[in-house]
Amino acid sequence: MDYFLELFFGGLTRGSIYALIALGYTMVYGIIQLINFAHGEIYMIGAFVALIVAGVLTIYGFSGISILVIAGIIAVIYASAYGYTLEKIAYRPLRGAPRLSPLISAIGMSIFLQNYVLLAQTPDFLPFPRLIPDFAFMEPVAHIIGSPELVILVVTIATMVGLTVLIKYTRIGKAMRATQQDMSMARLVGVNVDRIISLTFVIGSALAAIGGVLVASYMGQVNFYIGFLAGVKAFTAAVLGGIGSIPGAVLGGLVLGWTESFAAGYVSSDYEDVLAFGLLVLILILRPSGILGKARKQKV
Amino acid sequence: MKKISALFVAVALSLVLTASGFAADTIKLGVAGPHSGDLAPYGIPAMKAAQLVVKKVNASGGVLGKQVELLIQDDQCKPEIATNTATKLVTEGANVVLGHICSGATKAALGIYKDAKIPVMSPSATNPPLTQSGDYPNFFRTIASDDMQAKMAVDFAINDLGLKKIAVLHDKGDYGKGFAEFAKKFLEESGKAEVVLFEGVTPGAINYDSIVGKIRRENAEALIFGGYHPEASKLVSSMKRKRVTAVFISDDGVKDDSFLKVAGSAAEGAYVTGPRDLSSIPLNAAATEEFKAEYGTDPGAFFQEGYSAALALLTAVEKAGSTDYDAVTKALRSEYVETPVGKIKFDGKGDAEGVGFSVYKVENGAFTELK
Amino acid sequence: MTDMLKDFKQSILISIWFVFLTFPLMVVRVNTMNNVVEWRWMNLIWVAIGAFVLSYAWRYMLARKHAKMKVAEEGVRQQSKVQLLLEDMSFRYKAMGVLLIIALAFPQIFDTYQTTIMISALIYVVLGLGLNIGVGLAGLLDLGYVAFFGVGAYSYALLNHHFDFGFWMTLPIGGLLGCLFGVLLGFPILRLRGDYLAIVTLGFIMIFKTVMENWSELSFGPSGIANIDRPGLFGIDMNLDASTIYIYYIMVAMVVFTILVTMRLRNSRIGRAWIALREDEIACVAMGIDMARTKLSAYALGAFWAGMVGVLFAAKTTFINPASFTFMESAIILSIVVLGGMGSILGVILGAFILILLPEYMRAFSEYRMLAFGAAMVLMMIFRPQGIISNIRQKYEYKGLKEETENG
Repeated sequence: MDYFLELFFGGLTRGSIYALIALGYTMVYGIIQLINFAHGEIYMIGAFVALIVAGVLTIYGFSGISILVIAGIIAVIYASAYGYTLEKIAYRPLRGAPRLSPLISAIGMSIFLQNYVLLAQTPDFLPFPRLIPDFAFMEPVAHIIGSPELVILVVTIATMVGLTVLIKYTRIGKAMRATQQDMSMARLVGVNVDRIISLTFVIGSALAAIGGVLVASYMGQVNFYIGFLAGVKAFTAAVLGGIGSIPGAVLGGLVLGWTESFAAGYVSSDYEDVLAFGLLVLILILRPSGILGKARKQKV
Repeated sequence: MKKISALFVAVALSLVLTASGFAADTIKLGVAGPHSGDLAPYGIPAMKAAQLVVKKVNASGGVLGKQVELLIQDDQCKPEIATNTATKLVTEGANVVLGHICSGATKAALGIYKDAKIPVMSPSATNPPLTQSGDYPNFFRTIASDDMQAKMAVDFAINDLGLKKIAVLHDKGDYGKGFAEFAKKFLEESGKAEVVLFEGVTPGAINYDSIVGKIRRENAEALIFGGYHPEASKLVSSMKRKRVTAVFISDDGVKDDSFLKVAGSAAEGAYVTGPRDLSSIPLNAAATEEFKAEYGTDPGAFFQEGYSAALALLTAVEKAGSTDYDAVTKALRSEYVETPVGKIKFDGKGDAEGVGFSVYKVENGAFTELK
Repeated sequence: MTDMLKDFKQSILISIWFVFLTFPLMVVRVNTMNNVVEWRWMNLIWVAIGAFVLSYAWRYMLARKHAKMKVAEEGVRQQSKVQLLLEDMSFRYKAMGVLLIIALAFPQIFDTYQTTIMISALIYVVLGLGLNIGVGLAGLLDLGYVAFFGVGAYSYALLNHHFDFGFWMTLPIGGLLGCLFGVLLGFPILRLRGDYLAIVTLGFIMIFKTVMENWSELSFGPSGIANIDRPGLFGIDMNLDASTIYIYYIMVAMVVFTILVTMRLRNSRIGRAWIALREDEIACVAMGIDMARTKLSAYALGAFWAGMVGVLFAAKTTFINPASFTFMESAIILSIVVLGGMGSILGVILGAFILILLPEYMRAFSEYRMLAFGAAMVLMMIFRPQGIISNIRQKYEYKGLKEETENG
């Protein structure tokens, strides 16, 4: 039973990180039907900025949790700024272009951002200070779930609640939902669609940055390439849950995290990726729009 | 019409230029390895070592009275590019080649050098079949092969530490999986310990909790890991977090300062194998000083091995009295040479005799040599 | 005047924004290994100047693009001279003849190294043309194309290693195996729409690579397979130079073959069906085209070329391991197709030469190569989405209409 719980929580931790990143994919897709391939890079930039800030703060003698909070906030600001700029440069001029064009542009941006960080910083792995303390009250269950995992889960849940409130109960959220349902109609009733799209990118990037900071302080290392695998996995999660659906992204992330964790635990971690992607193919064959996705009726 | 004649002139010129290239009378030392891209830190030190050696040799009159010329080529550690660079070195008339750095690239390039009868010496390609398969009589190396390392790690685990149940993990890469497979083989052959787990972890994954849980469930007393430091750091941190107390034993890819910094206190008590501490060898100290005087920094990975390889190759040409393939390989196999990695000559398969490994333990945030 | 001032103000703002944006990554460099911070203030100035200048260029290019679009909307077809020249059939034949002569003479003029580089470029030409069938003609976004390339390469490496199969015997087998995998993988997933297809095909490379890394009994794992035979010629023993030239000619023949086949395909019944499917799926199905079969044929045919050229790749490098078949390779092949001009054969060929040969000859700038590569992909999509050479569509103009409307 302990073993099962251990795998369960391991998968839950992984899954909630995937979910945080997947939300960015799914929100953007929901509004402009674009796979923002560079989203994984935003996550990486968030982690990298946090590393730089934390490094500078450590040298100037700050300590512990204050570093984590300051680095986290600055990382979120910067990731949002990058997300905003990304949309302005690489996607906005392509509004209305054939579907492949923004996707290629996104792949290009992803390659560009990776190499930008590689050249501006370093190709090596850099150690990220371990800022999450070990809580004494977690000691009895530490072999099942440790303090960093607990922090990740709490932060993720808090973020999700915040996001739900934002989308369900605020004016901005209403405008976002309206834009998602029908962009031209939303424009007619006075929603500034361009602003809403920018805002979606900003929120998605902020979520990715939160994920980035959590993972960086959890794994203790950062390099320019961490965005790729995380991005692919998160995107898989978003598709799995039904791209465009916010609860779908969360569910998809958790399902993917658990699949990987249980596959590694009960089968073999050799084929972890094969099982994860195999599951994706299987679900898409049975339900072509993902677990919670609605099949869009196409109008002719 | 003008354009076409211009083209002809260009072609004619290039022909003249290539022809003149052959006329110059120098000994050509080819150097191939990753000099750009993310693996460049593994290739550049060997290249700089070759430059230092050549500078020194040329200053003291060259080899066989001729100056040594360097031909430097970047292969980015990619097999498909390595075949191109190898072809380029052969075309440019390299007499001996120092390289390549990565085992995969070396394997891809070796066939080309073999057909062209050029001796090749790698400072870093540790893949065992390169020498042991007997396919490449033109290949030599100044570093010990992975199986020696795995043997060392296994002997240490079962004889010195007396462990019985061992989990073997790898990073699914060429180097890591090779090391892990040898470790598994030696463990099974010894009959003294049992391999309770043999699996690959996915590099870059967010956590390795499942696999660490498995180590606990199998009651493994030790974990032998083949791979590099990013994964190793994650594994030891995860073990510490989950209160798994198995001993961590790993390879040269983990013996890196990054491992100490990233894993921090979780790295304490881990064992890694790595090339013997060379600081007592006078030539090594001299080479390091030369590097520092020239570049102002510490030399990086495979500098000593690269320096030794360049020295061994040029000395062999000198002793053979020509750049003839048979004479040079014979000299490499029969004549001892003093290098920064010790006094070495090469055995029939191409491995250096007198090059070996030690086990290091992480103590107080530093690697301490044990034996 | 006020426009100029406005532009100036905007550029200053953009410049400040980018200075802010790049500040942590470009200026600060922290080495958390030994806790040293490096402040690179000079970069700040470069970013500021760069962003200022580029914002002007950006505005100018956008304005030009809009102007062009307007002209196009007004119905005046503007075509560049190159485009017009390309449509002239007699010129096309002459140009092809000249190119073929240059291609045949190439290894006689240049040395073995140049020939090897050219072989790599030609491999990508065929890969680009193969992917062009799926992406360019049928509009199926395939991010996992390189998996079929890998299937071909591995089938030759393994058949050669275990059963001593020769190159010529395996060439069609590799193609067919690629095709078979295309059908097997394509069958269940082709009813997915664009973006879902993209992620599933991306999954294929991950699966392919993982299986090849782990299934050591089959694939020899990550250490790969070495000593693969080069193509044979009636048992004649060839040295490196001769065999390189031989492979080169095989590759040229393959490129010519591929061009001929894809050209014929494009204008065939099925080719038209692909293009129609790309333009409008629903209308296409309504017109009675079997969607699944048409899509599958495009997917499998593309995989066939990848499999075949994979065999040649294995024979050329004589060594393969899973590291050669990554998503990056797929992305490069895809960019060849997109940058060259989707659907255009000449464009794809040019795209392959530019993307493969430029980095090879610009080794000095190799650090910035991928950066420029990514930027070029973005800029190309924004300012020239049709690619270097836009696809020439056959069109039938009704000349009488204009006069009638003028008279009437």
